[in-house]
Amino acid sequence: MSAPLIELRHVGKSFAAVRALEDVSLSIGRGEIHCLAGENGSGKSTLIKVISGVWQPDQGELLIDGQRIEGMTPRAAIAHGVQVIYQDFSLFGNLSVAENLALSSELQEGRKLVSWRRVREIARRAIDRLGVDLPLDALVETLPTSGKQLVAIARALMSDPRLLIMDEPTTALTGREVAALFRVVRDIQSRGIAVLFVSHKMREMLEISERLTVIRSGRVVAAGPIAEFDEAAITRAMTGQEIAAEGYRWEPTPNAAPLLEVENLTIPGQLEDVSLHILPGEIVGVSGLLGSGRTELALALFGMQPGYTGRIRIAGREVRLDSVQRAIDHGIAYVPEDRLTEGLFLAQTIDRNMLATSLGRLSRAGIIQPGRAARDAAGMIREMAIATPTGDRPVTQLSGGNQQRVVIGRWLLNDPRLLILNGPTVGVDVGSKSGIHRKIRELARARGLGVLMISDDLPELVENCNRILVLHRGRLVSDTPVEATSETALGEQLAALA
Amino acid sequence: MSGIAQAFRRHPELMVAAVLVVTVVTIGLVNPLFWQPSNLFSLLRASVITGILGLAVLLVMLSGGIDVSFPAFAIAAMYLTVKAMIAWGFDSILPAFAMATGIGLLLGLVNAVFVHYLRMIPLIVTLGTGTAVRGFILGVVGTSQINIDQMPPKLIDFARTQLFSVTQADGSQAGLSAMVLVYAVIALLIHLLLRHTMLGRGIYALGGGEEAARRVGFNIRQTTFLIYGLAGAIAGFAGLLHGAMIWTANPRDMVGLELDVIAAVVLGGASIFGGRGSVIGTILGGLTLVVITNSLIILGIDTTWQRVVVGLIVIAATAATAWRDRKRIA
Repeated sequence: MSAPLIELRHVGKSFAAVRALEDVSLSIGRGEIHCLAGENGSGKSTLIKVISGVWQPDQGELLIDGQRIEGMTPRAAIAHGVQVIYQDFSLFGNLSVAENLALSSELQEGRKLVSWRRVREIARRAIDRLGVDLPLDALVETLPTSGKQLVAIARALMSDPRLLIMDEPTTALTGREVAALFRVVRDIQSRGIAVLFVSHKMREMLEISERLTVIRSGRVVAAGPIAEFDEAAITRAMTGQEIAAEGYRWEPTPNAAPLLEVENLTIPGQLEDVSLHILPGEIVGVSGLLGSGRTELALALFGMQPGYTGRIRIAGREVRLDSVQRAIDHGIAYVPEDRLTEGLFLAQTIDRNMLATSLGRLSRAGIIQPGRAARDAAGMIREMAIATPTGDRPVTQLSGGNQQRVVIGRWLLNDPRLLILNGPTVGVDVGSKSGIHRKIRELARARGLGVLMISDDLPELVENCNRILVLHRGRLVSDTPVEATSETALGEQLAALA
Repeated sequence: MSGIAQAFRRHPELMVAAVLVVTVVTIGLVNPLFWQPSNLFSLLRASVITGILGLAVLLVMLSGGIDVSFPAFAIAAMYLTVKAMIAWGFDSILPAFAMATGIGLLLGLVNAVFVHYLRMIPLIVTLGTGTAVRGFILGVVGTSQINIDQMPPKLIDFARTQLFSVTQADGSQAGLSAMVLVYAVIALLIHLLLRHTMLGRGIYALGGGEEAARRVGFNIRQTTFLIYGLAGAIAGFAGLLHGAMIWTANPRDMVGLELDVIAAVVLGGASIFGGRGSVIGTILGGLTLVVITNSLIILGIDTTWQRVVVGLIVIAATAATAWRDRKRIA
């Protein structure tokens, strides 16, 4: 058997006193789809950077085609055929698709002048090679995430790579887009290009990869052909603990009045005649393809779609939700999908983020009462089990899962009746994810909170909700108790709508 | 997105072109004297300095920065050059403009050093260098204005060159300044640089994202020095041209001009967030600004309202580009 394409032997890497990687060995064969799994902070990114030459290992060796490589640099890595597609894609939103594709090869050839005809030719070739259809003249920023990703992949393939590293490629994609991405990845593989797929989503790993390496705290904790793994085994390896799916069992309180009743909610072009209700303690899931109107539904309930028609009743009283303030006053809380840009004040401390929506309640005559504020913040940090010694640290120091807890905790301080979660665990790692899930279920049960959970993550819905709604093209197409459905059934239903 | 919005998005120049046409037609309807060749030629002449400086600002703005030091650099280059011409007794055009351009270039490179090596915010850097340079000129070089009687004659002759002249209805002559041609040549060169060289695309790429530009292989240091050096050089050149065109070298000139120029560039569709804008847009933006501010008299509006108008244009144009870029910011 010939030498593997890339092999790491006993690699170690430290930053100051922190050991990011310790005794990591890994080999990737030619044309192999290899999955690298690990939670945030496990050393995944450090490992990618060692392979792509950004950082040099302190110990161990790196071999390509069985040859030991000394002093790998990013340039040398590219010359050896290693291409990385970063999570942010590293594209230029303000430039056309064609130019994004052509730039790097033009630069590599040392061109000084730009021939727009050649730029288009290069781009056309790159796109044809990938076998996809992309508008050459469109600005990249106008493309959906999946389109941007294809541009990034097409660009990476232009330099005839032998190993394509994809960092969390499915994070921002919908189920259907993930399927399309997997077709592209398999097609890339069929040309003998190896793919290192970095992920923390188990289902995807099991579906796409041939071999799996799991790292935790900078060490390889499990490795082998994918057939040797199942979900539970991967989770165990990644978190070092057993996380079992529990499910949410909700017992209706007899004669409880609905918390929220929506009748014939319509927003022209976005929602069509949607009626639903949520009882206290219910966790209702909302699924649907992109453009199904699920986010619009959330925004409407949060007072951000003042032009709606239809009736909304909260605790039996008819209300008009035509501003965010009004929605908040009625006890509605919304945790947006993109917490980094919409939900958090990144430059501020954990405490300040936590108290952002409680300032009115905490002030007397316009002056914040520091004692109460500090008590409330500290209490919620404890209740949400946020991993920080004190609340005066910058919120950016927290991991994704803990940041999400800050956003949820902030709303809980207002004592809401209805909590709307949009993609509650997007970009959050497995261990933290199940912690958030447990917390949400606990809140619904203990406080009688109604939860509307919008998610692409079907297992997440099935695990946490007692009822699941499916929206399609602005209409509510089904409303099923969770016992009557399953992840597979939901997946099939969504696939049929696509 | 509707067809028109789409067209405006892809070609922001269309928006400013439409604004210009509407402005011109409106003013022409209110006062037909607007259409007199002498008025049109004088508007073109008046847009030369704003326009050339606008091109300097465009370079910086495309990369995601902003420059407020250029009026100071322009005045420094002009005043030092004219002083030197008088002191050393040379009045040839080429060395004079070479000197002014060179002074501007050096000052621009100072900006680049701060922006690149110290990773400082361009607004703060240029605010500092601009103020320091102005203070240096007034404190060390001199505060006295050099009037037409002392200005090097060849410089003034050069600026008075006309491309052609026409006889107007009342029998008077109206000539088009050749400085319009100078402006056109500079604009063409910058256009070619931005559109057809990798250096120019590097400026757009830098405005699109510095990290991405670095990863794809652009030399960020080289690009930054090119941007600020060239912007300074253009400012220096425009400074001397300005002095020649008004026959005076006043070290206190051009105060507050940065806002007019930035207004023109933003009006021309450039984004203050970087990565968007074009030479054609900037030319049209400069022309629109000059037409609006200079036509207040024709419209019978007190000229003290000029500053109000400029301020409103900055706000309106920034609002329009922000609306256009709203997806990107979100």
